[in-house]
Formats: sequence, C-alpha cells, structure tokens
Amino acid sequence: MHHNGSPRILVIGGGFSGLTAGIEAAETGAEVIIVEKNPYLGGRVAQLNKYFPKICPPLCGLEINFRRVKVNPKIKFYTMSQVESISGTPGDYTVKIKINPRYVNENCTACNVCAEACPAERVSDFNFGLNKTKAIYLPFEQAFPLRYVLDRTACPNDCPAPCVQACKYNAIDLNMQAETIEVKVDSIIVATGWKPYDATKIDNLGFGKVKNVITNMMMERLASKNGPTGGQILRPSDGKPVEKVAFVQCAGSRDENHLPFCSYICCMASLKHTLYLKEQNPDAEVFIFYIDIRTPGRYEKFFNKVLEQGGVNLIKGKVAAIEQAPDSDDVIVTAEDMLSGAKIHQKVDMVVLATGMQPEGMEFKVPGLKYAIDGFVVDAEGIYSAGCAKNAMDVAGCGKDATGAALKAIQIGLRR
Amino acid sequence: MEKKIGLYICKGCGIGEAINTEKIANIAKNALRVPVVVEHDFLCSNEGIELIKKDINEQGVNSIVIAGCSPRVKTYEFTFPGCFVERVPVRELAVWTIESPEEQQLAAEDYIKMGVIKAQKGEIPEPYVIEINRTILVVGGGISGMTAAVEAAKAGYDVVLVEKEAELGGFARKLYKKVPTDDYTKGVLADVNLEPLINEVTSNPKIKVYTSSKIEKIDGQPGDFDVTIAKNGSTETIKIGAIIQATGWKSYDAKKLAKKYGYGKFKDVVTNFEFEEIAKRNNGLIKRPSDSREVKSVLFVQCAGQRDPEHLPYCSGMCCTTSLKQARYVTDNNPEASAMIIYKDMRTPGKLEYYYKEAQNTPGVMLAKGEVVGIREEWDKLYVTVKDSILGEEVEIETEMVVLATGMVPTTKEPQDYLNGLAAAAAKGDEEKAKYLETTKKPEFILNLGYRQGPELPFLEGGFGFVDSNFICFQYETRRTGIYAVGPVRQPMNMTDAQEDARGAALKAIQCLEHVANGIAVHPRAWDTSFPEPNLTKCTACKRCTEECPFGAIDEDEKGTPFYKPNRCRRCGTCMGACPERIVSFKDYNVDMLGTMMKNVSVPEEEDRPRIIVLCCENDAFPATETAALNKLKLDPAVRFIQLRCLGSMNLVWIADALSKGVDGMLLLGCKFGEDYQCHFAKGSELAKYRLGKVQETLDRLQLESDRVQMYEVAIDEYWRIPQIINEFMDKIREIGPNPFKGF
Repeated sequence: MHHNGSPRILVIGGGFSGLTAGIEAAETGAEVIIVEKNPYLGGRVAQLNKYFPKICPPLCGLEINFRRVKVNPKIKFYTMSQVESISGTPGDYTVKIKINPRYVNENCTACNVCAEACPAERVSDFNFGLNKTKAIYLPFEQAFPLRYVLDRTACPNDCPAPCVQACKYNAIDLNMQAETIEVKVDSIIVATGWKPYDATKIDNLGFGKVKNVITNMMMERLASKNGPTGGQILRPSDGKPVEKVAFVQCAGSRDENHLPFCSYICCMASLKHTLYLKEQNPDAEVFIFYIDIRTPGRYEKFFNKVLEQGGVNLIKGKVAAIEQAPDSDDVIVTAEDMLSGAKIHQKVDMVVLATGMQPEGMEFKVPGLKYAIDGFVVDAEGIYSAGCAKNAMDVAGCGKDATGAALKAIQIGLRR
Repeated sequence: MEKKIGLYICKGCGIGEAINTEKIANIAKNALRVPVVVEHDFLCSNEGIELIKKDINEQGVNSIVIAGCSPRVKTYEFTFPGCFVERVPVRELAVWTIESPEEQQLAAEDYIKMGVIKAQKGEIPEPYVIEINRTILVVGGGISGMTAAVEAAKAGYDVVLVEKEAELGGFARKLYKKVPTDDYTKGVLADVNLEPLINEVTSNPKIKVYTSSKIEKIDGQPGDFDVTIAKNGSTETIKIGAIIQATGWKSYDAKKLAKKYGYGKFKDVVTNFEFEEIAKRNNGLIKRPSDSREVKSVLFVQCAGQRDPEHLPYCSGMCCTTSLKQARYVTDNNPEASAMIIYKDMRTPGKLEYYYKEAQNTPGVMLAKGEVVGIREEWDKLYVTVKDSILGEEVEIETEMVVLATGMVPTTKEPQDYLNGLAAAAAKGDEEKAKYLETTKKPEFILNLGYRQGPELPFLEGGFGFVDSNFICFQYETRRTGIYAVGPVRQPMNMTDAQEDARGAALKAIQCLEHVANGIAVHPRAWDTSFPEPNLTKCTACKRCTEECPFGAIDEDEKGTPFYKPNRCRRCGTCMGACPERIVSFKDYNVDMLGTMMKNVSVPEEEDRPRIIVLCCENDAFPATETAALNKLKLDPAVRFIQLRCLGSMNLVWIADALSKGVDGMLLLGCKFGEDYQCHFAKGSELAKYRLGKVQETLDRLQLESDRVQMYEVAIDEYWRIPQIINEFMDKIREIGPNPFKGF
C-alpha cells in the first residue's frame, strides 16, 4: 500500500456479509478481525440448501471465501465470540471481545471418535430442532474451522466424560474458560445478520400448534442432503413425502404487528422451494398465498421458470387461519382470494411459512451501536453496517453491500 | 537454492494402524530418493511441528510433503514460510474411503509418491511484478460513476472520470425529485440535489474530469492500461491502473408500446421519464402535453413493456417506487387531484415497504392490482381498461393523463447485440460476416478494448444485455480483470443501490491495483503469485489459448502468435490445458508435473484390479470427495484423485499418457456448466467437456474405447454422489474390460 500503516477493521459477524466485508478489505491490505458468535464461519447461508436463482450450493462460494481467509495472514477471526464493548472514535476504537469456551482445542483432528463415545444428545439448532446431535459435535461437514465443539449445557451432571478419554490428542478441555481480549481498530463493520422471525408469535398461522406447519428455513434443512432427512422432503409428523404444499408469504413480514418491512427473500425462497419439491416429485402441487410476488430485476426469469413447472397455484390473499384436518395430520389453509372474492379452504400435506428476517439488532444489540426502531443498524462515521444488519436483502445484495462497506471502513483507516 | 525434500508421514488418526508407513518411508528413501523421511505418531502436535522446523533449520529442508490429513483440518499448523508445502490427505483418501488393507496401503503409496513428485517438480513462484499506475478510470459521470470516483479518491487513489455529455449528472439530472434514501418520516419527496456531489467531483484534486469525451481505445492490462480519450476531435492517451464502467441505462423505447398503450397516438400518454421532465419543467405542476392544462387525475400503468416476453422480460426493480413517488407529484400540489396506480405486483422490497405504506396512507393515491389491456381517447379524456383487478373482472377508468412505467435497458445491450450478431454471422463463414458488417449499423462501443476476444465486457448468457456477474457470491467477479461494471449497467437498480454498488466496484478496483502491484492474482485465486509462462519458441500459433482463455488475457498478432498479459490472468490454467504443444507452465503447476504424477500411479497387473485416475476441480469436486471421506463413505479402491485448479487446465496429453501406461479409465469431475454455470473460471468445465469431445480421436489412435474417459458435473455439496458416480463409471470400465496396454 502507498500509505502509512494498514487500516485496522473489526467485522462483527462472520456470515456471508461479514466474511465478504472482511476478506474484501483484507485483500486491499487492511488488517481485519472477524468476530463470530457461532462455532463456525458462514452464518445463515451455511444452513441453506441452494441459492436462488441458480440453484447452486452456498458451500461453493463459502469454500472460496474460506480459502481466502486461510491464506490471508491479515485476517484474524474468533468464533464463539461476541463484542462486549466499543469505545473511542473513528480511527481509534477500543473493542472488548469475549471468547466463549469451545471445550475443544486446536489439537482436534475432526476424527469423530469423541462423538462416538459421547452418551448425551442435544437438539440441533443448525437444523432448527428437526433432529439431534451428540453433545460434542461438528457443526456441519464442511464447517470452517473444521473442529468439534462441546455444548456443555447438554452434558449430564454426572457424565464420566468418555469423550475426554476417547480423544487420543488431548483436544477436549472441560476446564476451558471464557476470555476477554481487547483490540484497537480504526473502523467497524456491523454484519450481524438476521434470524428467522419467531413464527409462534403469528397467532393465526398455527406454527408450534398445528402439525406439519414449518418455516422456510426448516424447509432448507429438510431439502439439504446433510439435513435431518438426508435431503428428502418429508413432513415432520409422520415422515410422509409431501404432494400438496401451501406457502404462506409475508408470514410476519409487511405487518405492523410483527416485521413492518418486506424481507426481500421470501418470495424467491418459496419459488425455489417449489423447485425443490418438483425435483423430488414432479406431480407435487403448490399453493402460494401472497400479497405481491416480489421477484425484482432478473429474478423475474426465475419466477417464470417456476411457473412453467405447472402445478403452481398463485393466490393473492392473506391467510386467515391454519388448522389441523379433523381426521389426519393434514393441514387446512383458509384464505380469501382477493381477486375473485372466493373463500378458499385448501387441504395440504404441509404448510411452509415464508417467515421473514428479523435483524439480530431487534433483540440483541451490540453495546455501543445505534439501532433504528425496526432493529436495523444506524450507521455513523467509522461504523458501517453491511448486509441484513442494514436492510433485508438477498445474498447477492449482501455481497455488494458488504464490499461497499469495506471501502468505507478502509477510508477511515487511511485517513488516520 | 537447491531443493531438499522432507517427507513427513503422520501415523495418527488411525493411519498408523491401517498403513505400513515404514514400507512407504523406505520406498521414499530408496526409489524416490527423498533425503529426509520421518514417520511420526502425531505430526500436528507441537513436537511434530518442531521436528519439521528443526529439519528446515538444520538440514536445509525446503520442500515439505505432509502425508496425513487434509488441510481442511489442521489448516494453519503446517505453515512453513519460504518452503514449498504439499499436503497429502492419506487419512481421507486411503484410510477412510478404502476398505481393504492391501488397497489402503497401495493407495497411500500412490498418493505419497504423487505428493513427492509434486514437491520435486514444483517451485515457489516468483511474482510477476511490473511498474504499475494506480489511477482508476471511471467511464460514465452519472450517480454511479461520480460516487465511484469520489469514494475511490477518498481512499487515496487518483481518478479519471470520462463522461460523454457536456455535464456530469447523468440520468439524475432529469429528475424533479427523488425518493429519500431511507427515512420517509420527514417527507417522501427529496430534492435531487446533485450539485454537492458534482462539486465534490470537480473540486477534488485527485479527480480529473473529461466531459464531452469518449473512450477511443483501451490497451494493456491491469496496472498498465493505455487509455485513449477522445474529446472535441483530439485524443489523449493516459496510463490507467483499473477501470470502472458506469455507463448506465436508457429507457425502453416507448414507441414499441404504441399498439398496446397508445403511446405516440395519444399525446397524454407519457412515459415515467417524460413525466419527470414535465414535473421538472413546470416546477411540480403537472400540465399535460395535449393542452398544457393542469390535470387532476393521472393513471400509472406499471410494468409497461416489462415482465413482458414481447418487450423487456425482466423487472426493472425501480419503477414501482418511482410511480409511488410520481403519484405524489400529482397529489402534493393539488388536494383535489388523484393518482391511480395499476400494478401487477407492488415491488418495494426491504425498507422500501415503508415508502409504499406512506403512499397507501396518502389520500388521493389509489392503488390496485390489475392488468391494463387497452387505452382509448374520447374527447379530452383517456379511458383505461383494467382486467382482473380487485375493481372487477373488467372495468374502464377515466383519467386525464396516463403514465407508462417503462423500464431500463443497459447501455451495453446495443453493442452486445451487434457483437453477438457479428459472431453468429462469422460462424457461418466469411461471406456472411462481410454481409453483416455491410448491412448492420454499428452502434457506438463503450470501452473499445483492444482485446483479441472483443471490444466490450463479455455478455452473460440470458443476462438481457446487462454486464452482470454470474455469481451470487461474487458480485464483482468480472471476466475482464481489472474492469468492473457498476450500477444499472450491471443489473436494474435504483439510485441508492447504485451508490452502494459504486462503493463496491471502487473497492474492487483498488484491490485489483494492490494485487497486481504485488504480482498476486485477483479473485478467485487471490493469493496466487504464479502465472502462465509460455515457452513461445515452441508455439505453433494455433490460437487455442487465445480463443479459450475465459478472461481474454491473451492477445495475438496477425500470425496468431500469443501475447500473454499476466495481470489480466486469473491463473485457472485453461491456456495450459488448451495447448497441444504443452508449452504453458506455472512454476507450481504444469503439464509435466501432473503428467508425471499420473504416470507414476500404480497399475496393478491383475485383470480384476482396475486403475482409474480422477481429475477433479479443487474448489468443488475435491472438497465433495473429502466430505464423502469425512462421512466415511467407501469408494472403489481403483480410484486415484488428482486435484486441478480448474478442469479447464486439463490437458489431453494426460489422458493419452495415462491410458497408454495401462490406466483403465479417466474420470473428470468438474463444475456445472451452461447458463447457470458454477465454474469459478466461467468456462473451464465447459472447455474440458469440449476437449473431451476431441479425445475420441486420441483414443481411436490407441485403439481404445472412448467410454474409458468420462466427465461428470458435480457440485461441492454433492458428496453423496461421489461413490455413486465412481461405481457407475467402474461398472462401465469392468464391462469394457482391462486396458490392453496394462503391463507394457
């Protein structure tokens, strides 16, 4: 670089946006620290089966980004970590980072012997509770870092810890403690992303009460080969392959009582899910209940491609109720077709709620940052949001946004 | 410096139990003449690492082969600066995926042998470094271009901004008001306020502005472009490091909508762009063109000529918000006026939903889903027929004026269409080409690249003329290194998005400069300091490399002699794979190295023990294979995997050599190709498939069955398919029978 000293940047969040921002900045010469709360990098997209519109695997791009991280000495990252405090001014921030214990150290060779020995199970958060893992587990096969992690909350009190004995490489350390480190940076990129809106809060949609009502993110896991059903889309209550599926758009989005904004991705996601279904069962029939189908730009082509599949029923109208069929695990969706005025009672095998993106900042706020009432980050000089911490957007939008945030962040460091 | 190889065999993770490492150590010492060979129980331990470091310091070991686990795990442990390091994943490829102990042993021997050969033949690359210029050229002085210029300058880079019009500002100049960036609580119409941005551009000493100017020619390569700018009949050639194309869009030709919406026939049917001009001209008063009377009712037709296979098949993304804004031009100045928007789907994604909500709460603004099927004029009113709406099956609405929400056409479309037509004509022969050149009006080109592969950014199949990225993950992956498209020339977008995009493109331009300054490749091999070094004395000027390079990195003269421009190169090795004379090499990756590895794979003499070589893409197919191993999926012991940077680097000589040595079959695992290609080098896997079509000839010469070589497309998440593909292929090979060259 033709300036004195490299810009120092903290990136909060190691998902798609955070990784992009961090890597793009580092590849201009900046020193980057990425803080990620999960035990792995990749965030939300690591849970996706495929991306729209190409129906390509997220791991493909993650693999390249992981490789860029691995070879770049300017990037440091901490998993299982969170920012505890931020103080200072643009060009001179002091940040405290708490690193939570993984209980598995760098000796781990990912040989799986510990998990084989482990007697305890935990509900898989990666799979949205659709199955269980051992208490000591690998987040997923292509995780980076490729290292096991122990969920101590799942360990029985009196467990003789056979994992510790099984590991020949002393990789398991039950006494590992949380530690706090302090770093100095010039600027901060906030890429804390989103989580699926809690569908139990939407009373009339039956999630958690009616069997076989799932969310769109659960659908991703069901369709994933490394998911709880080995990639077969089977409904949770009885493992039956599905023939008729209803998608409820704007489940929680565009709704003053829930998320006031549009979550951008859910229309495309439901159309993509239609392709997942059609691939497994060309005769599958879907019913998409929507307010507006939002497939902006070139995505229109994808919309048309899905419609060409046949068996795709688009119904403009809000869903009034979702109830269990009286004599089976089937589900009945009640809605009004706004165009014809007809009242619809559609019986389906499974309902997928196109639940929206809740910005992490809605419930969990990084100390020292400013948030708008809807949970999105408010930028300030030296502090730049990227991706879904800023607005609801798709992966492509996150890539673009995060690259732009990287530029804003390095400008602060160069001015110093 | 003399090469000294150290081979370190780890016995941990079950390797020691499955493999006789001592036997391999002896082979390495004796047959392969490896001077330092060490077996260790737990190589990644501190003790193991220290031992290697000691050998580096005390014995001068500088080329290290680690036989143990995959670098997916133990990623950082085996980092020895200044040394050539090769990891051999014996655990994954021999121990975890193969069942029979005898076959495990043989596989481990083969893989370790190949690792040693790689270390013997590979060199640490010396980067290609030239004196570079760090100035960024921005083509186009609209919002996107000006933002890119200002942001790059703020990061300390010099910028040259070229705008074809006399004034900066582009499309935004024509606007009356704009949609506020984010917060709509303080009003829904914001002043365009271009002056501060224009002043920032023109007053910044780091930015040099050329207005009324065009790019006449661009030659050279990133860090060293020669850009000729034409202004008022004179030209100037300047040095440029990286380029941003922000040439924007044109509105769709509304004359084509005459039949459908009466545009041109009825004076008071105007486009959304004309409506801006009307509002701007009258300072907010909406006077209709026919009689200049101020109107009290305006109807907006969304998706006019959009989402329409006969016009623009895509959605321009911004017109819904634009009409919501323009509706307020109608209502804000006149409490009695009404604006009606007839839409297919109201598209206000993300926080733009708030903007929509504001409009919904505005008296006078009416919104209805429906399809406009016709417009007629009667006396001084227009009557719009709307079908399938909430208003009824078919209704007619009276209005004084109609606004057609027409869409965006990228400025790149015209040159692209022309060039596509030219290519299609040329494919039919010289006569057709000459006819095309004679009869087709040549549009104005934008970049005028002096590249062998064409004067503009390459088009994307199915991309509607936008010079977009094919990659969801990598928005600025560009197939012309160091040249980044930005704004609505890339994909339909609104002004705020275009500004974000401009920052992203500026960053990539900066990054490209810093990489080429240090001789490092840009995305995706953003660490690689190797580059293609052709031995041109043996070149036959067959032009395969210049034609096939996915990035247009190789130019040629009239005789067809190639000129490699390393800073344009992305290091995929497609040229290396294309070359029939095998003259293209990278220091750490070349035809000889990989060919020797293949020739040294064991070929069992028994007829029922086939040997298969699998050439696979290191970014996708190989990680999928390693994931299969992690899942302990078993593979046929016949296979030996060799990673390629990209399948595009696959040279046919390898197939001929391996098969003539008795290898029974070759399997190629690459990325998906076609319109939704997943190959990170755009064309690599497709070119491999194309070359494979030609391998028939080679096999015929050897009198071998062409089915012995097959290619599959595999994505990184399809680990479960790896054993299936191999089994399917093995069935075929067993059916064909052993290679007759076996044992020769």
